[in-house]
Amino acid sequence: MPLSWIVLTVLAIAAAGYVLGRGRALQSAGGDSRKLHSLPSYYGTNVAMKVIVPSLLILLVWLLVQPIVVSRAVVANVPENVVASGSSMGLFMSDVRRVADGLDAAVAQGSLTRKEAFDIRTEFTNVTQRINEAGVALGSAVTPETLRAAQEFRTLNRIGSIAMSVVVALAALGGIAFGLRESVAGFRARNVVEGGVRLLLIGAASIAILTTVGIVLSLIFNTIEFFRIYPAADFFLSLTWQPSFGGGSSLGIWPLLWGTLYISLIALAVAVPIGLFAAIYLSEYASKPVRAIAKPALEILAGIPTIVYGLFALLTVGPILMVVFGDDGVGWMRSATSVMTAGLVMGIMLIPFVSSLSDDIINSVPQAMRDGSYGLGATKSETIRQVILPAALPGIVGAILLAASRAIGETMIVVLGAGAAARLSLNPFEAMTTITAKIVSQLTGDSDFNSPEALVAFALGMTLFVITLGLNVFALYIVRKYREQYE
Amino acid sequence: MTDTNMDGPATPQRKNSLMAPDARTKQRNAAEARFKAYGIIAILIGVFFLVVLAASILRNGLPAFTQTVVELEFTLTEEQYNDAESKVLKTAAYKEFLVTAFRENLSERGVEVPFDESAIDRIVGQAGNTLRTYFRANEDQLGQPVTFSLGASSRVDGYFKGRVTREDLSNSRFLNAEDLDIVDVLADVGIMKQQFNWTFVTGKDAGVDNPGGAGIGASVIGSFFMMLVVLMLALPIGVAASIYLEEFAPKNRWTDLIEVNISNLAAVPSIVFGILGLAVFIQLAGLPQSAPLVGGLVLTLMTLPTIIISTRASLKAVPPSIRSAALGVGASKMQSVFHHVLPLAMPGILTGTIIGLAQALGETAPLLLIGMVGFVAREYPDGIVSGFTDANSAMPAQIYTWAARADQAFYEKAWGGIIVLLVFLLAMNVLAIILRRRFERRW
Repeated sequence: MPLSWIVLTVLAIAAAGYVLGRGRALQSAGGDSRKLHSLPSYYGTNVAMKVIVPSLLILLVWLLVQPIVVSRAVVANVPENVVASGSSMGLFMSDVRRVADGLDAAVAQGSLTRKEAFDIRTEFTNVTQRINEAGVALGSAVTPETLRAAQEFRTLNRIGSIAMSVVVALAALGGIAFGLRESVAGFRARNVVEGGVRLLLIGAASIAILTTVGIVLSLIFNTIEFFRIYPAADFFLSLTWQPSFGGGSSLGIWPLLWGTLYISLIALAVAVPIGLFAAIYLSEYASKPVRAIAKPALEILAGIPTIVYGLFALLTVGPILMVVFGDDGVGWMRSATSVMTAGLVMGIMLIPFVSSLSDDIINSVPQAMRDGSYGLGATKSETIRQVILPAALPGIVGAILLAASRAIGETMIVVLGAGAAARLSLNPFEAMTTITAKIVSQLTGDSDFNSPEALVAFALGMTLFVITLGLNVFALYIVRKYREQYE
Repeated sequence: MTDTNMDGPATPQRKNSLMAPDARTKQRNAAEARFKAYGIIAILIGVFFLVVLAASILRNGLPAFTQTVVELEFTLTEEQYNDAESKVLKTAAYKEFLVTAFRENLSERGVEVPFDESAIDRIVGQAGNTLRTYFRANEDQLGQPVTFSLGASSRVDGYFKGRVTREDLSNSRFLNAEDLDIVDVLADVGIMKQQFNWTFVTGKDAGVDNPGGAGIGASVIGSFFMMLVVLMLALPIGVAASIYLEEFAPKNRWTDLIEVNISNLAAVPSIVFGILGLAVFIQLAGLPQSAPLVGGLVLTLMTLPTIIISTRASLKAVPPSIRSAALGVGASKMQSVFHHVLPLAMPGILTGTIIGLAQALGETAPLLLIGMVGFVAREYPDGIVSGFTDANSAMPAQIYTWAARADQAFYEKAWGGIIVLLVFLLAMNVLAIILRRRFERRW
């Protein structure tokens, strides 16, 4: 039974439960809803809830667990010597899965009967060809062992899904029976329903935690996997980044880290002065109409997707820089992609980020401090420089740190604008690459997922996560500490 | 203060009038003016960048919406059709007919230009195939005049849009200066002209070697399905989480942990969410690669913090008197929230959600990691379910794929794609502003 039917059945049972539960409660009160503890709809909802929640939970857990159990069972039955040297159980299992998919496709198209799919043997039929005809491409010919395992895989999956349908249906029916038994006048249905809703709300709020846990776990497990096949010392200490997909790559993080920091530095050098002065002007000098136009105009820059900035770097800023610094000009720049290109454009992207955060912070400096300064005869700029900025400094530092973490984590601008060469150089007009750009290129390449060249992306992701998280926590700490001063 | 003091020798003598500022005042005033100027300059630089960005998008992107076509009336007799179908090189036979038709058409208009078959190849590409496919599908059109709009090759197209100049062609084997003479003549007599490029708006990614046939339509559909997933998941989850945190959460460690997590997730780089999607949704859960469903899930997790933050702000904006009144007439806490507070906060919540969706719509990096790159957007999905599960791309990823290709003709498509993307973003933001203006209440 397909998944959607199971879900629909459960929903139908729940709907029936709602109607029946409501009716039963009303009946038990003799049709007078005032004698019920709760409004009649709560009794119906209570029954529906008792149908849906346990059965869908079972379904979800089953769907997660079944693949693991089934492949365990299949693996346990595969003879040791089947897995060729240089290959692994994982590869064998992915073959098995593909063959099983092929058999499914062939059955769906009617080129094999259900029975044939369970019985065919490579010795008698050209299984590879039939599966290929069904539209599932196989890398190599199907071996008898693979086919046997695939057939077992299908059998177990079939048993599993039938069992799942039965168990879920039983849970739903049990739920409706239990819920209906409860539906009598004295039952406090509202409290139960509200308790359930409350749990649902808590669950929704906890998704944030689950996401973090998911991120951390997926990074950690794959990073550990990476360090198992590639020495951690080389990753953290080597100064060369040279992935070669045939093996023997040199995967040192330093060139990438250097590129990341260099580009971020240039971006901040552009964004911080412009953003800060813009914020000061907008909050201290600008008249209302100017502010009403200039502030949204700057904020448009923040709403533009980064892919647009990436293209702008690659096709507009890069060529302009080439005219000035390229071979026809000063001669420092060889291609349109460079640290400067990416850094400049990223700086533009960060201007509104710095300016709106600083604006908020400058605005939260109490007016009394300004008035005091003016009273002593200071000019506006003296007040800003000597009173407001020092008072706002921790907040501004926090804003800059947040901007830095944005810059370090930015991907599309550097993928398109910074180039692909990993090098340690001081010339800002040379192409360099960053952690984020390499995560993209290592994971979108053709390399096998279990090779160090692909797994290194997780170690890079881990580094990125740790750096940005550290910056954020530090920035929030500074900002929070500052806020306490004036509250 | 006594009179003696007033007259005493200690009284400082003003050297000059109050009216004339002294050197130090001048200096301070100059510093003041300079400081103010810095601010103005900073804002002008920001606005300047905005203008340059907008200008380069429009200048480079608008040409993607026009296309150069050769419009030609063409009659194929049944005899010719049977003749061509019996040959070994069928498309070549059709091309010959086309060349003849060209010649006739030109001489009818009284223009003589010498050209050969290979020139036609260079100007309109592999047109023979187009003709054959058409007539094989519509045999009833044989013997009747049919008007064909054949797309010109990308270099001819570039010539009309100023991307390709005669100087560039000196050593190109794809197009030479003589071809351009022919092109000029064709344009003069009106056979070759510019028209709106529907292929770009409704088409699919046609592969690396076919910039002319590339369109953004399929990936718009991909983005649409992704946004549906985000809307269906992020809105209810975000609202539920915000209600809990704003209305029910006791002050305890668990709540603090949730709060810290939300604020940190808001600042996690988007590519890390892509890694999460790859590892959890594709590798662990076995969901299909490149599917808008997975993209939507990843973007949901990414936009949740944004939606939660804005939803909490709008819940907070509902005055406590509403809650007290509801509780006062006997509503439970849950009823007061769901029956009274939530409907009043809804416009604000929707505004925040639309802005969150707009953010998600422009996100690229995580999509690349889960395989939603541009070149998979080869087909429109067949139905609603396959819209969620079949491999597809999304607008920004499609733009990235075009921008990363070597053929410069794709750059124009990338800029054009950006215009489409920005139009969607603009529409969503305008919708959010209208919602806010119309429905938001000030208490």
